[in-house]
Amino acid sequence: MKHTASLPDRSMLLIASTIISGIIAYVMILQKNNIESYFVTPVVMFFCFNLYFASAWNVSRVAKIVAFVGVLFIGIPMIGFTNSLYLQVAVTICIFAAMSLGLNVVVGFAGLLDLGYAAFFAVGAYLWAIFGGTQANEFIAGNLFPLNGNLVFIFIPIALFVAAGVGALLGLPVLKVKGDYLAIITLGLGEVIRVLANNLNKPINITNGSQGVRIAPNPETSPLAFITVPLSEATGIPFFQMQLTMYYVLVLLVVLAVVIFTSRLDNSRIGRAWVAMREDEVAAQAMGIPLVRTKLIAFATGASFAGAMGVLYAAVIGFINPNDFNFERSTQILAMVVLGGLGSIPGVIFGAAIVVSLNQLVLVEISRVIGLLNLPPRFDPTQYQQLIYGVILISMMIVRPKGLIPAKRNPAKLENLEHGELAKGVK
Amino acid sequence: MLLNVEKARKVFGGLVAVNDVTFQVPEKTIISVIGPNGAGKTTFFNMITGIYQPTSGVINFDGKSLIGLRPDEVTTKGIARTFQNIRLFGAMTTLENVLVGRHSRAKTSYLDAILHNSTYKADERAGLLRAKELLEFVGLLDKRDELAANLPYGEQRRLEIARALATNPKLILLDEPTAGMNPQETEATKHLIRRLRDDQGITVVLIEHDMRVVMTISDNVTVLDYGTKIAEGLPHEVRNNPQVIEAYLGRGAAAGEFGKTAEGGEAA
Repeated sequence: MKHTASLPDRSMLLIASTIISGIIAYVMILQKNNIESYFVTPVVMFFCFNLYFASAWNVSRVAKIVAFVGVLFIGIPMIGFTNSLYLQVAVTICIFAAMSLGLNVVVGFAGLLDLGYAAFFAVGAYLWAIFGGTQANEFIAGNLFPLNGNLVFIFIPIALFVAAGVGALLGLPVLKVKGDYLAIITLGLGEVIRVLANNLNKPINITNGSQGVRIAPNPETSPLAFITVPLSEATGIPFFQMQLTMYYVLVLLVVLAVVIFTSRLDNSRIGRAWVAMREDEVAAQAMGIPLVRTKLIAFATGASFAGAMGVLYAAVIGFINPNDFNFERSTQILAMVVLGGLGSIPGVIFGAAIVVSLNQLVLVEISRVIGLLNLPPRFDPTQYQQLIYGVILISMMIVRPKGLIPAKRNPAKLENLEHGELAKGVK
Repeated sequence: MLLNVEKARKVFGGLVAVNDVTFQVPEKTIISVIGPNGAGKTTFFNMITGIYQPTSGVINFDGKSLIGLRPDEVTTKGIARTFQNIRLFGAMTTLENVLVGRHSRAKTSYLDAILHNSTYKADERAGLLRAKELLEFVGLLDKRDELAANLPYGEQRRLEIARALATNPKLILLDEPTAGMNPQETEATKHLIRRLRDDQGITVVLIEHDMRVVMTISDNVTVLDYGTKIAEGLPHEVRNNPQVIEAYLGRGAAAGEFGKTAEGGEAA
């Protein structure tokens, strides 16, 4: 690689920067009671810069791993001990990142515009909220619920398959249409699921209707209690703060698994079939690719990730209602994918991070500042959040129409073969 | 007979695009289908490959009926094709385009791909080796990592052939393989088509407008006009058939003139 050789190797710099940021964060924990909370923000930004440097600089693999592991698995949880807001945001980012990776399979790889993606998220979330809380007692006799929180680990794979099944079921009749028509049908089906959630409270109360379902927090039976309780006793960190940290580690691992899944699919004949289909359906079919089946696989894969993340979302947030899964939510996830870069795995994660932190940190901060300006009372700063959000999205798309980190396919290469085979003469 | 089409008919509304055409392809031959624009040649191809279902008639390949099969199923049976207006996967590299062609011959399942197990690895390896072989065959090995969209026109046509070959066909349908090529490229493509039959043992059916190509490489020529087969036979027989000359040049052009034009070539 000649062009990368000209860049200086900054591995040591990156490792040093990671360690410095870690030390600052550690000092902050020790001095927790003496420092103002707004000191936390620059440290978090320092972490974010480290992540950016790790992906943008010319650094060795080891340095990259040090930076990512250092920031994601050590730095951010440490921040979480002093200020749980950032940890909450990080958990939300991870949940949405995993979901946008799923939508990226559908829209980015296979080129099927899905505007009802939040429906699958709802399937997973309701699955856990109903059985992990007391809601299931409404229609199953015997006062068996809530289930033990640790069953969440069984519900994640269950939701994976249920959502994949729902995806296949919804996909089967609609995947014969393409483009704009598919988008409209998925939009409709997405709304159907939301309306179902809204109305399945009679005659049997399954979803509790528009009031939503709550899971009462309970330190004894909550998910991850088995590790959170001893850790919290040992360190003296309050239970719920420790639990949030554990959730964070869990969702982070799930994101990692999703990244591995999707990139492996992308580099197999299935991923190539998706891209081929996106490029030219007629030619793809002439190459022996069964269109409906291949589309269904993409659809179900995307749906299954959303289902699994729905379970985790319900567990972390503890309260869901049908409006969490409306059309706006679907477009929000789509915005993460398009903003980050259609078909680009790092881009999509980055897109999720940007959209979530915009919504939960930046816009909130902006409207707080606007609120300080002594404007007339009718001027409600929160109303301007959506405006600013829209302006930011539009300007980003004008500046970078292919997304923040445009997709770079990692194509198959003959160099993947061993050298002997490459050199071998062919008849 | 490798391919046996009997009285195939395709009607679009009131238009009879293919009118009871009977067409037979023996193994390891090169058969050309010619005819003026709009004669129904591409529709005929689309009927064989399953893009259109015939209104009536019989299409048998290797002794089995192709009626009712989807295009991908026809491909799996052993018929590959190229397209008149090149349809490559532009965002993929040359090598990947060929790998896509191997889709139906690869065994990697969803689970194999996620687990990166031995099936996956063996499959990818076999795919790369076969792709290398095919790219060498059409002379595109050194362009393997370029995006298909960036290849020059003639190379795109050759890549389409390599991609079609990756499906391991017994029969390949080429829709105007030399369209838009200069004389050198045309000559190279002619040579390539011959090698398809002679080296790879593949039967070739081609639609072609360049009469020099048709007359020199075909074992047999079928002529369509307004959806109807008007002539069939050895190249020199078809060339001198008055009906064929009329279809191409219109009534009034004397018999024999067409033959001269075809041999002279420049006027075609």
